[in-house]
Amino acid sequence: MTDIIAGFPVLSIIIFLPALGALFIIFSRRESVEFIKWTALGATVLTFIVSLYLPLTFDAANPSFQWVEKTVWIERFGMSYFLGVDGISLFLVLLTTLISIICVFASWTDIKTKMKGYMALLLLTETCSLGVFMSMDLFLFYIFWEAVLIPMVFIIGIWGGGRRLYAAIKFFIFTFTGSLFMLLGVLALYYYHGKLTGVYTFDATVMWLSPVAPYIQWWIFIAMFLGFAVKVPLFPLHTWLPDAHTEAPTAGSIVLAAVLLKLGTYGFARFSLPLLPNASMEFAPMLMVVSLIAVIYGALVTIAQRDMKKVVAYSSVSHMGFVMLGIFALNADGLKGSLLQMINHGISTGALFLFVGMIYERTHDRQIGSYGGLMKAVPVYAVFFLITVLSSMGLPATNGFIGELMVLIGAFKAHWIYAVIAVVGVLLGAVYLLWLFQRVFLGELVYPGKGEIKDLNLRELCASVPLIILIFWIGLYPRPFISGMEASIDILVKRFEINSKKSMLDTNRVAAAPDHSQGGASK
Amino acid sequence: MVELVWLIPLLPLIGSVANGVFGSRLSKGTVGVIGSAAVGLSFLIAVSIFWRIMTLPADARSIEIVAYNWLTSGGMSIDAAFLIDPLSTLMILIVTGVGFLIHVYSSGYMHHDKGLWRFFSYLNLFIFFMLMLVLGANYLIMFLGWEGVGLCSYLLIGFWYEKKSAGDAGKKAFVVNRIGDFGFILGLFLLFWTLSDLGAASLNYKDVFAAAHQIPPVTLTLITLLFFVGAVGKSAQIPLFVWLPDAMEGPTPVSALIHAATMVTAGVYMVARNNVLYSLAPYTGEVVAIIGIGTALFAATIGLVQNDIKKVLAYSTVSQLGYMFAAVGIGAYTAGVFHLMTHAFFKGLMFLGSGSVIHAMSGEQDMRKMGGLHGHMKITSITFIIGALAIAGIPPLAGFWSKDEILWEAFEKGHVGIWAVGLLTAGMTAFYMFRQVFMTFTGKCRADEHTKHHIHESPGSMTVPLIVLAVLAAIGGLVGIPFIFADGTALHQYFAPVFSHGAHAVVAAEAGHGLEILLMAVSVAVGVSGISIAALMYYAPARKYAPDFLAPEKMAETLAPAHRLLYNKYYIDELYDYLIVNPIKRLCRYCLDFDLGVIDGIVNGAGWLTRFTAWVSHKFDIYIVDGLVNSAATFVSFNSLVWRRMQTGYLQHYALIFVIGLILIVGGALLSR
Repeated sequence: MTDIIAGFPVLSIIIFLPALGALFIIFSRRESVEFIKWTALGATVLTFIVSLYLPLTFDAANPSFQWVEKTVWIERFGMSYFLGVDGISLFLVLLTTLISIICVFASWTDIKTKMKGYMALLLLTETCSLGVFMSMDLFLFYIFWEAVLIPMVFIIGIWGGGRRLYAAIKFFIFTFTGSLFMLLGVLALYYYHGKLTGVYTFDATVMWLSPVAPYIQWWIFIAMFLGFAVKVPLFPLHTWLPDAHTEAPTAGSIVLAAVLLKLGTYGFARFSLPLLPNASMEFAPMLMVVSLIAVIYGALVTIAQRDMKKVVAYSSVSHMGFVMLGIFALNADGLKGSLLQMINHGISTGALFLFVGMIYERTHDRQIGSYGGLMKAVPVYAVFFLITVLSSMGLPATNGFIGELMVLIGAFKAHWIYAVIAVVGVLLGAVYLLWLFQRVFLGELVYPGKGEIKDLNLRELCASVPLIILIFWIGLYPRPFISGMEASIDILVKRFEINSKKSMLDTNRVAAAPDHSQGGASK
Repeated sequence: MVELVWLIPLLPLIGSVANGVFGSRLSKGTVGVIGSAAVGLSFLIAVSIFWRIMTLPADARSIEIVAYNWLTSGGMSIDAAFLIDPLSTLMILIVTGVGFLIHVYSSGYMHHDKGLWRFFSYLNLFIFFMLMLVLGANYLIMFLGWEGVGLCSYLLIGFWYEKKSAGDAGKKAFVVNRIGDFGFILGLFLLFWTLSDLGAASLNYKDVFAAAHQIPPVTLTLITLLFFVGAVGKSAQIPLFVWLPDAMEGPTPVSALIHAATMVTAGVYMVARNNVLYSLAPYTGEVVAIIGIGTALFAATIGLVQNDIKKVLAYSTVSQLGYMFAAVGIGAYTAGVFHLMTHAFFKGLMFLGSGSVIHAMSGEQDMRKMGGLHGHMKITSITFIIGALAIAGIPPLAGFWSKDEILWEAFEKGHVGIWAVGLLTAGMTAFYMFRQVFMTFTGKCRADEHTKHHIHESPGSMTVPLIVLAVLAAIGGLVGIPFIFADGTALHQYFAPVFSHGAHAVVAAEAGHGLEILLMAVSVAVGVSGISIAALMYYAPARKYAPDFLAPEKMAETLAPAHRLLYNKYYIDELYDYLIVNPIKRLCRYCLDFDLGVIDGIVNGAGWLTRFTAWVSHKFDIYIVDGLVNSAATFVSFNSLVWRRMQTGYLQHYALIFVIGLILIVGGALLSR
């Protein structure tokens, strides 16, 4: 195992800058709330600025990992501290660093107690999520994966709403159970890969050069599936999501929707497909059906919701079903669409939670029925909300359209019926989103509480404008995003195809070998 | 000049953003000027492009201009590109021309509205998307415009959002349109997928049309049918027409611009644009024509009995759109687009006229409370009557030529059924239009005194557009006059580069002019009879010559069931609610119950089970496991309690026991002997 650190370790810096910020906060005085807030803001902004170094120096034509850092960690077990970013993780990293700033903004006045612990945990969440997106060593990946759970559970459990403990424990048990299965899968993969090649390593880039036998893949796929699918969350493992989202403070919901849900779909695309190609292929039709159920079912349940936050939460189930559909279409269009949809969902659902949080902060009421005609009272807020709603339902000229279109094309290539059913989901999306908008913003002006309801202030504008810009940027000029991910996705698809054939050959060889020896013996 | 085509949609977009961002701080006059000027300038550029391409030879009139590359992924590359050809040029002339007039009109009509800036911002945005729809050089740009106009329609129908019915109507329009888009986008996928298989993966019109003949006929039929589903939604045909009458909740200029002149004709434009595909799919053509003419008749029957001045026009629009589809369905693309154009003139005119009436009547829309307005507002009245004559098919007004060309082509191509139904519909159209004219402008005024007092002619900003549109409605049909040119009308020549690919495009004149003139006479006669019946029923001076059964009240009584059915629009809305909307709502409810009850029930059940097991284990631990341990201990300690007593430590006790034992042993030995 060799150490590779090309240039200065920019990825480590990005990962641990927020943690450093958290350290500062931990050693600050509990009462100096302003200092804590500004430190958190400074840390996230600085991380974002450093992360901008990545797209500036990114070589889109290069499909492999860039800014690689690799150093031996525990040699005996073949574990390494291995970071790298390619076209698949690049945008997720940027999304994470951007969303974290918005989360700090969203918490500015929303969080009333224990600001110190809260901000520290929020920054730790960022560090761990970034670690997940950058780790190419499966063990390191697992560590970050588990670690991200802890700050999130506390954020929900301490700063959440009325049923916060129930939600936090449900979230914890669901994801923790899934993660344990995933660990089992990772260890099994480590063992069988070592047995097959003689090289015992957790390095994913080595492991996916020689996938294990299909029947072993099958079991490992199920184990890792449980870990990833809970995070997505895929129907029927989704019920922790509405509770966690509803109870979490605004920033918790944002980071949960925009970043944490992506960990699951990222895991599928990044690890399941190349490491377990045959099992992926075998499970793909079933998973596409389940994804479609999630799309339609999620949408139908959303329509019946009465709480704004629950509408957004359940719509995530539907939208993430879309992302899954694209991944398991197993072609380049679908994967590109899925990856773009992950970003889009992060932007638009993150924005929706942000906006719901803003109104909740003003009135402390999330019931849709308590509102009406807000367009009149808060026009800027209404327009931003409308733009986000349109993006979420995939109207052309917004980001959602491009992503959905590519996922649908990918799904259509797999089989036309998938696309037909998925389009029904798009249709239902228009129903619940427009209905939400209509009930809250149109009609006669009604809102809970007395006194004037104020339109967005400067801090809230700072938090929302970047998202609005991204909605139109990706909608009108998606090329930088698509060409950025193109090379890496193409190589992923190619690797997937080669591997699925190769491990079939390996099986044949293994199967053929005893035959041969028997033949020899009989002679 | 052609290179500047991107300015045409860009100017209204700029206008929209300008009014949207700064409008609330500007004076109402400025807002109106910005909005109108943006569209007016676009119109001027459109005119110059029109002149430019007319100077080009006919086969060089199709120019593609790429703005930038929108989307490239794998085998798919979509440019943000515009296509200038005779069809798109005519469409942009209509959109910006009629659009400009309606903008000017709006600055008068909406002058008292607080949200004037918002209104102009939406209206300009609509023009932007509509221009993208007709100018796009590929399906994806068309789809961008297609969805965009739907959005603006939603915003504008719900413009007076404080009325709940307005919000509901907006949402209904959007959702029903989305049902149509469902078909459109699937058609798009199928087309793209099929072409990828043929090695020509592209969504550019040019490439698609070039490869069209390679597409298997069944696939092509399916593609064109799916596209038509989109058109049915957007252009309000059976069974998706239900949103258009409700859309009248929007301000009247919106009804004129979006729901009469431009957006609703997008479906017709789409079919005409795809004439190459539709010509290769004759079965789809049949479907289009039958749905079209069916809608024409169906909507006309509803229009016969409506009392809301705008609802009559709305059903009339649905009916006229049906006419256009009947035309493009039988391959008479020129006739269809011709009618699209004249309809934009006369229906735009009539909607604006009805707006002028509503303005004068202080918002009243029920024709039963109007009457005798001719005396108060001569310009509105005369222009409205010109529009009504045009739609009724009275020569030499515009509607006559376009409608007659559709009827003639239907007859000439052998679709006698379509011709007959078309003729019947034409009669009904003439009837309900003049019923409207007579109820509104003649007779005694039935309004209350207060309203009556306020009736006045509208200001110049409103009447001038009416006059311009009236002129267009009167003479706009001249471009389509037959007989003059040897090879079809001027319009046919104009459209030849676009429609000549379509197999049915060239109109043969074999049948001879004699028959054509005869049929013209028949349709004029039908139109005149429609007007006459309306006069006998609703025009006071003519009423005294009418037979008894023609009195409206009497008629409604004799034909009560039919009247009720028509008056309630065949109960279609109720039917849809019952068959589709409510079941879906119920399904959502069930899904939620399932989610909370079953799925989360399992989760919580598992949680409860874990806790229960833990409780049982706990008790087991305390009472059984610990119980055993403790009882062992208790047993020992209990025994020790007994036996401990014996260990007294006194020598005499031990000696005593020793002696007793000895005696017992010795005694026992002796006794047993």
